[in-house]
Amino acid sequence: MSVVSELRRAAGARRGGPPPTPGTSAGDEPPARRRRRGDGRAAALFLAPWFLGLVLITLGPMAASAYLSFTDYDLLQPPEWIGLDNYTRMLDDPRLHKSLVVTFTYVLTAVPLQLVVALGLAMLLDRGMRGLAFYRSVFYLPSLLGGSVAVAILWREVFGVDGLVNAFLALFGVEGQGWVSSPDTALGTLVILHVWTFGAPMIIFLAGLRQIPEMYYEAASIDGAGRVRQFFSITVPLLTPIIFFNLVLQVIGAFQSFTQAFVVSGGTGGPADSTLFYTLYLYQKGFASLDMGYASAMAWLLLLIVGAMTALNFLASKYWVFYGD
Amino acid sequence: MRPDPAAGVHASRPDSRTSSAPAPRPRRHPRWRGAVRSTAKHAGLIALALVMLYPLIWLLASSLKPNDLIFRDLSVIPTDVDLSNYTDGWNALTYPFGRYLLNSAVIVLGSLLGNLVACSMAAYAFARLEFRGRRLWFAIMLMSIMLPIHVIIVPQYVMFSRLEWINTFLPLIVPKLLATDAFFIFLMVQFFRGIPRELDEAARLDGCGHLRIYARIMLPLSMPALATTAIFTFIWTWNDFFSQLIFLTKPSMYTAPVALRTFLDSSGQSSWGPMFAMSIVTLVPVFLAFLFGQKYLVKGIATTGIK
Repeated sequence: MSVVSELRRAAGARRGGPPPTPGTSAGDEPPARRRRRGDGRAAALFLAPWFLGLVLITLGPMAASAYLSFTDYDLLQPPEWIGLDNYTRMLDDPRLHKSLVVTFTYVLTAVPLQLVVALGLAMLLDRGMRGLAFYRSVFYLPSLLGGSVAVAILWREVFGVDGLVNAFLALFGVEGQGWVSSPDTALGTLVILHVWTFGAPMIIFLAGLRQIPEMYYEAASIDGAGRVRQFFSITVPLLTPIIFFNLVLQVIGAFQSFTQAFVVSGGTGGPADSTLFYTLYLYQKGFASLDMGYASAMAWLLLLIVGAMTALNFLASKYWVFYGD
Repeated sequence: MRPDPAAGVHASRPDSRTSSAPAPRPRRHPRWRGAVRSTAKHAGLIALALVMLYPLIWLLASSLKPNDLIFRDLSVIPTDVDLSNYTDGWNALTYPFGRYLLNSAVIVLGSLLGNLVACSMAAYAFARLEFRGRRLWFAIMLMSIMLPIHVIIVPQYVMFSRLEWINTFLPLIVPKLLATDAFFIFLMVQFFRGIPRELDEAARLDGCGHLRIYARIMLPLSMPALATTAIFTFIWTWNDFFSQLIFLTKPSMYTAPVALRTFLDSSGQSSWGPMFAMSIVTLVPVFLAFLFGQKYLVKGIATTGIK
């Protein structure tokens, strides 16, 4: 049971969709519990830290950020109301446009590629296979390290002029280039870094594959369906909720990528802004130039984009995600 | 300190080879083919594993080589092991690297405490208590998981700078004490729901209050969920860069990742060795957490999708 399916359930309930299965959703309660109402005081106690956090760390700053996005604010002078100026400024900010192109290119290539690799590897790692735990660990390890500064530094050197990749290419007489220092290839190296961390979705796929009853495959092979046919007629349809789950999470995460681009480009988003991720530009605006009003407006645009992409995913899911329930 | 991951990979190689080596019975065609297929699969998977791990192995090997050899020598087996990169790197920045590791450790410990206590408390309320608006609050909690931090980071920065908390660990720890890592609330709600209600109903009949049920029944039964939370909090906080970069600008307060990044600014092109050595140093804790927490990591990620 995942966040995504909980949210889907919640959305369904609001639209008057099918009622949630008893015992799984937060709102329902076994009849026996109805008698004893009024845990209100205990709830207040247990929820106090979370509620304080919600108000002080999340909702309050959200409201403040909405306000700041309509102001000119450099932290030193009090914020000055400028209406929609920050938003109209975004319309003709070439670096912002560039950062959007870079970010969308990254999300739309890195996420699908990573998911395809993750699913492919999950398929290869059959149940009952020897060494499964070993392979799972090895393939998962990069997921844990991938977001770290150390690995970003490593990547920078591996794809540098004198790096590992070029040394490897030289073995075949191919002359390499500075992959991270060329605007044409720098983003590609970050896509590869993202694909390299396919282990996390792979584990989710493995868990999903385990849910598919073996007898479906047995029945299919008695009917003479080959491996490919089985993959497309059984595995993929039954796995669509998991694919959807991975897709939603990865898209949300990928839009917020920062560390890799920051380290690989030394904080500039270069060469030629080719790795200027949206969040990196936001950081530059807010925390390097102290243009906090503009950064807030950018943050809201990001929220809008991520929200829209997630909504789009949910809407599209009606046409391709198959729920057994 | 040389837990050579390369050794692990190679060691397991002959093992999986022999295991999948054709147990020959050439007359029975299908089994023979199956063995070949399985051998080929293992060979392919091991090759892929090596390709994936190669950059990391190379990093480790490079950290042990003299600077001028790093990019000339592709071999990952260093000819003569040289630990001077580690001593150089340790002392290359404003403060000894131990200082940054310690800063990271303080933040990790604070976050651990916060996430374990505050998130489990909230989870108990969502899983077991009746109160008005529970559905709504639960939905809000779920939504907050997906909120990009960028939407709140600017006002947070303003707020924390007003409080004069910039360049202290408070902006990084206090939010965790207030259960802002809602992912873990969700994880624990899921886990608590699986604990039979009869247990706490019985305790209630015996006169236990909620605090006691929470502390004496739910928490002890939730060790797997708490362990998952602890391990992921550890790894995430240790690897976190964005918020540490923003809230800690004074070198004496740098955490390990933030300090590591200054190698890129200050030392230019000439000191890869020390930089690689300190990269390894910051990866080791994550690697150890990975080794010890594998079971929980895999379970946690399979059920909730955290990574």
